[in-house]
Amino acid sequence: MSKNNSYRILNTRLPRVDAIDKVTGKAIYTDDMTFSGMLHGAILHSPLAHAKILNIDTSRAERLPGVKAVVTYKDAGTRPYGVSPARYDETIFCHDKVRYVGDEIAAVAAVDKDTALEAVSLIKVDFEELPILLDGRHAMAEGQPQLHEMYKNNICAKVNWNFGDIEQGRKESHIIRTDHITSKMQDAAFMEPQSVVAEVDSHGNLTMWSSTQAPHYIQRTLAMALNLPLHKVRVIKPAVGGGFGPKASCSTVELATCLLAIKTGKPVKTTLDREQVFLHSRARHQFFHTMTTGVKKDGTLSFLEHHCILDGGAYASFGIATVYYAGSLLGGPYRLKNMKYDGYRVVTNKPACGAQRGHGAVIARALFEVQLDRIAEELGMDPIEIRLKNVMEAGETTCNELFVSSFGMKEALEAVRDSAAWKKKRSLAGKTRGTGKGIGGACGFFVSGAGYPIYRSKTYHATVVTKVDELGGGVTVSSGAADIGQGSDTVLGMITAEELGLDLDDVKVVSGDSSLSVDLGAYSSRTTLMAGHACKDAAGDVKRQILEVIGGKLNIPPERLDLKDGKVVGIDKDIDFSALREEYLQEHKGFTELPDGPDLTFREASRIAFLEIGSIVGTGSYRPPKLGGSFKGATVGTSPAFGCSAQVAEVSVDLETGEVTVDNITGAHDCGFAINRTQVEGQMQGSMMMGMGEALMEQIIYNDKGRIMNANLAEYKIPTSLDVPNLDAIIVESNEPHGPYGAKEVGEGAIMPVIPSILNAIYDATGVRIDELPVTPERIVEALKKKKENK
Amino acid sequence: MKKLVTITVNGVTHELAVEPRRTLLEVVREDLGLTGSKKGCGIGDCGACTMLVDGVATFSCLMLAIQADGCVVETVESLAENGKLNKLQRSFVDVGAIQCGYCTPGMLMMATELLRRNPHPSEKEIRRSLSGNLCRCTGYQKIVEAIKAVAGE
Repeated sequence: MSKNNSYRILNTRLPRVDAIDKVTGKAIYTDDMTFSGMLHGAILHSPLAHAKILNIDTSRAERLPGVKAVVTYKDAGTRPYGVSPARYDETIFCHDKVRYVGDEIAAVAAVDKDTALEAVSLIKVDFEELPILLDGRHAMAEGQPQLHEMYKNNICAKVNWNFGDIEQGRKESHIIRTDHITSKMQDAAFMEPQSVVAEVDSHGNLTMWSSTQAPHYIQRTLAMALNLPLHKVRVIKPAVGGGFGPKASCSTVELATCLLAIKTGKPVKTTLDREQVFLHSRARHQFFHTMTTGVKKDGTLSFLEHHCILDGGAYASFGIATVYYAGSLLGGPYRLKNMKYDGYRVVTNKPACGAQRGHGAVIARALFEVQLDRIAEELGMDPIEIRLKNVMEAGETTCNELFVSSFGMKEALEAVRDSAAWKKKRSLAGKTRGTGKGIGGACGFFVSGAGYPIYRSKTYHATVVTKVDELGGGVTVSSGAADIGQGSDTVLGMITAEELGLDLDDVKVVSGDSSLSVDLGAYSSRTTLMAGHACKDAAGDVKRQILEVIGGKLNIPPERLDLKDGKVVGIDKDIDFSALREEYLQEHKGFTELPDGPDLTFREASRIAFLEIGSIVGTGSYRPPKLGGSFKGATVGTSPAFGCSAQVAEVSVDLETGEVTVDNITGAHDCGFAINRTQVEGQMQGSMMMGMGEALMEQIIYNDKGRIMNANLAEYKIPTSLDVPNLDAIIVESNEPHGPYGAKEVGEGAIMPVIPSILNAIYDATGVRIDELPVTPERIVEALKKKKENK
Repeated sequence: MKKLVTITVNGVTHELAVEPRRTLLEVVREDLGLTGSKKGCGIGDCGACTMLVDGVATFSCLMLAIQADGCVVETVESLAENGKLNKLQRSFVDVGAIQCGYCTPGMLMMATELLRRNPHPSEKEIRRSLSGNLCRCTGYQKIVEAIKAVAGE
């Protein structure tokens, strides 16, 4: 589909604003930064999964020439912090005990990296080993050792929801079936390891450059955990090499590096190596889902009873939101009146898990979509037909009170069905099942920005300040929004250019700096909608101010003027601008490249407006209205808008070896309105690949001591260019009433249907169902063997 | 003990005293200030550090600087001429082959080697050539398309 509207800039395929810097090597990431006199930081991690700390001796490290500071809990204090205020369970460094292999105990700053690493190896810690818990299901049983005093039975959060009437739903059901799925902890495997530079100036202002997704939250956490006034802390996000969730929470590497900078008075840089990225984790939880679903004879869903245990590793991090999301996002995209959910988020002696693309909802979605296929098979229905029968439409509210204001679910399903020639390929299913070729489909549903901030507050979620160059011609958009590669700077630039009738090159976007504006960060697929609204308003404010001056000078009501194609134009008649032109030319004697022609350029108009009223600054602030129900945890899952997507996967399975080849993925996503079509496709294709990796190859493997056995990118397998097939991305635009220009999310929603569409295709190809992710060749061979034996 | 090496990087010959254990990547980034090449893993798994050494695509995190003594090294900074993007860079920009950009320098260097060797590679050949360069953002789709667009000319 191509552009089909009157926009000049929006809905096009303009290149990203940072593209040229990124293909020339000019883009600066945190680890690329160097300061005069800069020290290098290194971190001491726990070698044990669970142990009491008896003593920490840093004396030998401190004596090593070149070491400038060694810090432990004695310097950092033991003030608890974390992500959710009700679950502040972390301290900067461990003090009483360590809870996973990788838990941070101390940090060193030295003149170079090698000295810092050597110093770390000289720190002596005496431990008393404690029993370890590596299985979330067992950790919550009575009588197990407890990781944290505050979490009885190691349960750090539980959710018990009951919407509608499950018993009534059960009575109405023609088919009821129960299924399970188990996943493994996964890593986000962004390409850029976390890196931090911190510096304190002579007035005690702390500035931290960090590969973060959320400068605002990190600023707050630094101030709180380091006991500094908020206004003395500034967080700047340089170019970031991907995040996908884990970089949204404040990390020890950030806190420790700041502490070292404060202690030494020098700039300090700490960059994690790849193994440390795995140890720090904060990535995908391990999920154990059980679902009982009922449908009527005609395929109408009648109820869902859902139980889930989340193994979240040693600390809460974003996990409270995760356990809620795992339940709440099954409220859509299908009409489901009765839903019960019991979720338990458990702590174990493994690296802490947090948010990762499709936060909390990906594995739940996988099982539910598999169930729909299994039910369709029992009913003799086509899998896409059962979905079409149940999909919600715009204007409906889910049983857990999520209001869906735009919803191209049906269009997305029909688009993938037709584009992948589903009917033709699937009609053979009866004959081809189990022959090694398969096709499967699924849907998904996701928030377009969390309805509430992670800390309880009435804060605006996004503010933008747009300033007109005083000399005329361009504008600068200032925003705290975090472009981590998803392209939000380009979105903000395009919105501003559209509003002001400018070229994208005349809009400078400065972002990712907590001192510029409030923006909650790049998570929950929120930036286009929320920062987009604020940006549109800021640009509108600028436009109004300029046109008021010009209109005033010409005695024309400003609403009869517009900014278009870099010019001021009259809406209903041609205007004589010659007096204003003269004013502009008067101050540019000696310049040669000057405007001519009948139209007043933006360059002239913006300068003349400045001469009249001084600096022109436009502002925009956005926060969602009150959303959701009043039950406990009702806030998680709320959003001003919801994205939805459908996908069809085609696979070939080698029935001897169990090897799966994904031949094709066709996805359709409703993003409301595509601000930049190339970027929307890019988010979809990236989601498809990440979901494919999670379905087929990605798993963190622990030994019995809780140590990760594959903390590198060779043994933790992610898809390569040879694994990934053609990824066909179809954009659906439903015009979201609560989004800027109708836009809503694409960053995470598109990952939702990937895993189940692959699982359903594998079933079609093999005739066996695998209920443990990832679906490795071994698991397929095992299942095929079992099937043969049972025959 | 530092060792003296002569390395030509992007057309400029440098005489450098380097510790024998330091990698080519570290020396190029830290001593020469050419930070375009990225370190994603340090152990040859990801390809973000790909440079051309005497014309051969090389993971510079796996090569010691002293091994590059006398070699001609090309990094991503060499691709644009007089401030003008070359065809491959232009194609990456126009097709949208870039998201976070961390893998981009390595992808560009790997593709540069491929296109010099084989100016009209098939999609399969492109995918095979990039298979040691990981990208977590794009699903490789637009990267492959960008290279195809240049190869098809």
